[in-house]
Amino acid sequence: MIDVARRFLRSRSAMLGLSILSVVIVVAAAAPVVFPGSPFRRVDQPLLPPFGAYLFGTDVLGRDVAAGIAHGARTSLMIGVLATAVAVAVGTVVGGVAGFYGGRPDDVLMRVTEFFQTIPTFLFAILLVAILTPSTQSIVIAIAVVSWPAVARLVRGEFLAMRGREFVVACVCLGMSDRRVIFRHILPNCLSPIVVTGSLIVATAILVESALSFLGLGDPNTMSWGFMIGAGRTFLRTAWWLCTVPGVAILLTVVAINLLGEGLNDTLNPRLRNR
Amino acid sequence: MKRARVALPRVGGAPGYVVRRLLQAVPVILAIVALNFLLLHLAPGDAAQVLAGEAGSASPEYMAQLRERFGLDQPLWLSLLVYMKNVLSLDLGFSFRHNMPVLDLILQRLGPTILLMGVTLVLSVGAGMALGLLAASRVDGWLDTFISILALISYATPLFWIGLMLIVVFSIKLDWLPTSGMETVAAFHEGWARVADIARHLVLPAVTLSLFYMALYARLMRAAVLEQAGMDYVATARAKGLSETRITLTHVLRNAILPVITMAGVQMGALLGGSIVVETVFAWPGLGLLAYQSLFARDLNLLMGIFFLSASLVVVANLAVDLLYTVLDPRIQAA
Repeated sequence: MIDVARRFLRSRSAMLGLSILSVVIVVAAAAPVVFPGSPFRRVDQPLLPPFGAYLFGTDVLGRDVAAGIAHGARTSLMIGVLATAVAVAVGTVVGGVAGFYGGRPDDVLMRVTEFFQTIPTFLFAILLVAILTPSTQSIVIAIAVVSWPAVARLVRGEFLAMRGREFVVACVCLGMSDRRVIFRHILPNCLSPIVVTGSLIVATAILVESALSFLGLGDPNTMSWGFMIGAGRTFLRTAWWLCTVPGVAILLTVVAINLLGEGLNDTLNPRLRNR
Repeated sequence: MKRARVALPRVGGAPGYVVRRLLQAVPVILAIVALNFLLLHLAPGDAAQVLAGEAGSASPEYMAQLRERFGLDQPLWLSLLVYMKNVLSLDLGFSFRHNMPVLDLILQRLGPTILLMGVTLVLSVGAGMALGLLAASRVDGWLDTFISILALISYATPLFWIGLMLIVVFSIKLDWLPTSGMETVAAFHEGWARVADIARHLVLPAVTLSLFYMALYARLMRAAVLEQAGMDYVATARAKGLSETRITLTHVLRNAILPVITMAGVQMGALLGGSIVVETVFAWPGLGLLAYQSLFARDLNLLMGIFFLSASLVVVANLAVDLLYTVLDPRIQAA
């Protein structure tokens, strides 16, 4: 364990990712303290340029862009983590059952998984949010629905590989229940690829959330980066900062998570490092 | 790539393979219709209201007529069958907002989307393969590093934001390219002038949509070329005295192309999703922009029609890629 931690700390990309992400997390956590009140609140004249009285200026309705960025960080991280948690849970159960039992359940479940990978996922997410009416909950559901297949395929593969291993056969011979074998013995052994995939799903989920709220499908009561870009794009000619700042925020956050995921991959699967 | 999983009747040869692949596409299309039906009932309120689109003021007679035509007054399973029959005979309902049948509306907007996706596909696969080849020929050179960074960044940037930033640079600051639309309607261009005009409008959306895939295919191509370079047949070719260029272009390339084509097929659905955002940013009059407009009008039935047709389009495109695959790699048919 200490060895893993040391390897992680030595990975340069992972540390870079971790430090950027820490800043984002701190900003998100401090948002209600530093920028109290609603980020939708009007604070000053509209379209004040950045680096004046307000760090990132104000938008067309006189809202503080920096407050929006801080509160938007909360939204992005929360939706990213929640949607990933749901996707990983569903994907693990589906993939686990398919890989453990094989045969008919495997056939059926993999057919369903393939189907969800064939349909245009982003369009499906849009349709889901539009039908369930835009809210944080429906966005989380929509992102989870389009993200679980990747986890399911991964977990199935891992389970298939584990199924024939001696320790699993031994567990079965001891008369352990399937549930116990799956959750106590096989699952802990394939945790590291799940963690790596999960971290990448968080990154994708943040991107999908930003695209949904850019299209006007965000939760109308929460500030988000995608919404800010969507609202600012009509003023591209006069107020460049309205679109640029939130875009850079998304870019940095997602790059950080991807770097972290890569670093995790290198440390948790050291054998693959040199591939 | 989907592999044959069900034991369908084995028909030999190339036509048999085509038939088998076609048969596999049928359940997928049916499942898409069923999914649409499920969503129709998930929507808050009455399914007939969803079908009527934004027409909240639809007359009771019209609603009753809709219920009957889509079998909504029947038990659920019968209603599903009626819905399937309607959708599969391409009766997708009527859009009040646009005052025309959903199918006509979609077909009208299909052309621009296919143009955009086609150009993007050619651009990203072509440039991606070229860049990948170059990167593989000088591993760890500046181009190699550049492609890795490009991939990392384009993987983390929202498409719509890339589009907006390209507009800022190339349309607003440099004034080289138009910001939106597909052609300058007021100019009444004809013939080649019109083609040139559309091409000018196409540059920014196509580049925006291509960047990510270009980086992805370049990385794939690089890995595939490096893998193939160690194969025995390359050593044989070299022993025969072929030049390195010849070896790369006629032997390695043909094998290294396969993973890229596979990926391009798998990515078709994602490409379509990306085109929604890109079309919205550039006001490109295709299916994506139509989807965006239907969101605003709360015309869910139109949105579902778009989903159905574009999902079918993806299935067909996957099919086409599979068939292309058998041409590129004749070993596949036997499998």
